[in-house]
Amino acid sequence: MAKGNSYLPRKLHSLLGVIPLGLFIIEHALTNYSAYEGGREGFSDSIDFLNSVPLVFWLELFVIWLPILFHGVYGLYIAYQSNINTGRFSYGRNWAFALQRITGVITFIFVAWHFYETRFQITLGNVSHEELGQHMNGIVSDPLVLTAYIIGVIAATFHFSNGLWAFFVSWGITVGPRAQKVSSNICMVIFVILSALFLLSLFAFRGDEFATAAAAALSSVSIG
Amino acid sequence: MAQATTTAAPATAAGRKVKFIITRRERPDASPFTEEFEVPYRPNMNVISALMEIQRNPVKANGEKTAPVCWESNCLEEVCGACSMVINGKPRQACSALIDKLEQPIRLEPMATFPVVRDLVINRERMFNALKKVKAWIPIDGTYDLGPGPRMAESKRQWAYELSKCMTCGVCLEACPNVNDRNSFIGPASISQVRLFNAHPTGEMNKHERLEALMEEGGIEGCGNSQNCVRSCPKGIPLTTSIAAMNKDTTKQLFKQWLGM
Repeated sequence: MAKGNSYLPRKLHSLLGVIPLGLFIIEHALTNYSAYEGGREGFSDSIDFLNSVPLVFWLELFVIWLPILFHGVYGLYIAYQSNINTGRFSYGRNWAFALQRITGVITFIFVAWHFYETRFQITLGNVSHEELGQHMNGIVSDPLVLTAYIIGVIAATFHFSNGLWAFFVSWGITVGPRAQKVSSNICMVIFVILSALFLLSLFAFRGDEFATAAAAALSSVSIG
Repeated sequence: MAQATTTAAPATAAGRKVKFIITRRERPDASPFTEEFEVPYRPNMNVISALMEIQRNPVKANGEKTAPVCWESNCLEEVCGACSMVINGKPRQACSALIDKLEQPIRLEPMATFPVVRDLVINRERMFNALKKVKAWIPIDGTYDLGPGPRMAESKRQWAYELSKCMTCGVCLEACPNVNDRNSFIGPASISQVRLFNAHPTGEMNKHERLEALMEEGGIEGCGNSQNCVRSCPKGIPLTTSIAAMNKDTTKQLFKQWLGM
């Protein structure tokens, strides 16, 4: 890479946003959705499954944390490099361009906060994997925090879906206007579905089922 | 339409006046200010003929004398790109901006994405540098007669003609949110020119050089897909299609480099 060449980091930023981070957000949505579909037991089974994956720490490190760190920090730099001119050019795609940067910053803050509240508390030993459902119940029971979560989740799903559209353009997969239009429609469907999955799980966590401390916590789960 | 109410309006059709608010500055480093003008209306006027009128009679709407407004223009038929400016908020050519089709007061501003020289005059040198950077030409010089190049299919020539309409006017750079002081992005125009010259049967022989130029600092990765360029281009050049096509070719070039092909 030539000195001061922005091509490769920008390309890496684009790639990481879809592989692995896009796959991770889908996995996260499905895992959470199990709280809506299967209740307390379904959610706990999903967590058990994730923790039973071999080399789970290394997977988290290389597939989630490091990519998020790079994508997030470099993304802030990209947002800093952009003007927002939707006032003069109020076209749909220009709005998407602006929103991509705004939701990116919101997602960055949200992910940092959400990581601290959940995964980091597990590292500290304040919360165990079995208590996660109950822990989430505690978090989203506060209407203000729930609102922040809804904003954070929708920002993240929009950022991913619209970013996926841009990924297809940036790698030269969707070239002509029709291909880009079709992929835009598909990406917006992905946005709606992912948002629905996350919102349903957020409201599921508010249910009484997750509120009760319950004895079920001492079941035979392995800790990853 | 602003009506000329009283006083010594020159003898024009019913004394109608066209009102302008022009953003001016005296020197490149001077701060901008606005001045209002009222120009006698004539049928079929465009912004250039109105500016010529102000040049002939540099008097502001309030009757004070001022320095004539500076602007650049050349072809007066929207093929040279010299008279690009921001007219009522949108970058476009002043020669093809007909007064009858503009809402008044007509606001004229320089395309301040570029260095402003004076009033509405800007310096588009960065665009010409970008064309040099991406080698937007076809090298045919040799130490001996290289003979005729390969033929270009007529259908392809017609297609390429659309891309060749680019007049380096700068409207796409003005519209692009990623062309600014914090960003080194070269802008959409020169990326589309890489597509044009890489499509030429002789130009194709140096394809990789142009692609590699797009893969340097400030190259094609600076595109953020806002697609304002294609919406703004006065020549209707499919700029975003060109960018995506070059994304495809640079991606291929990247893998070729990595795999040593």
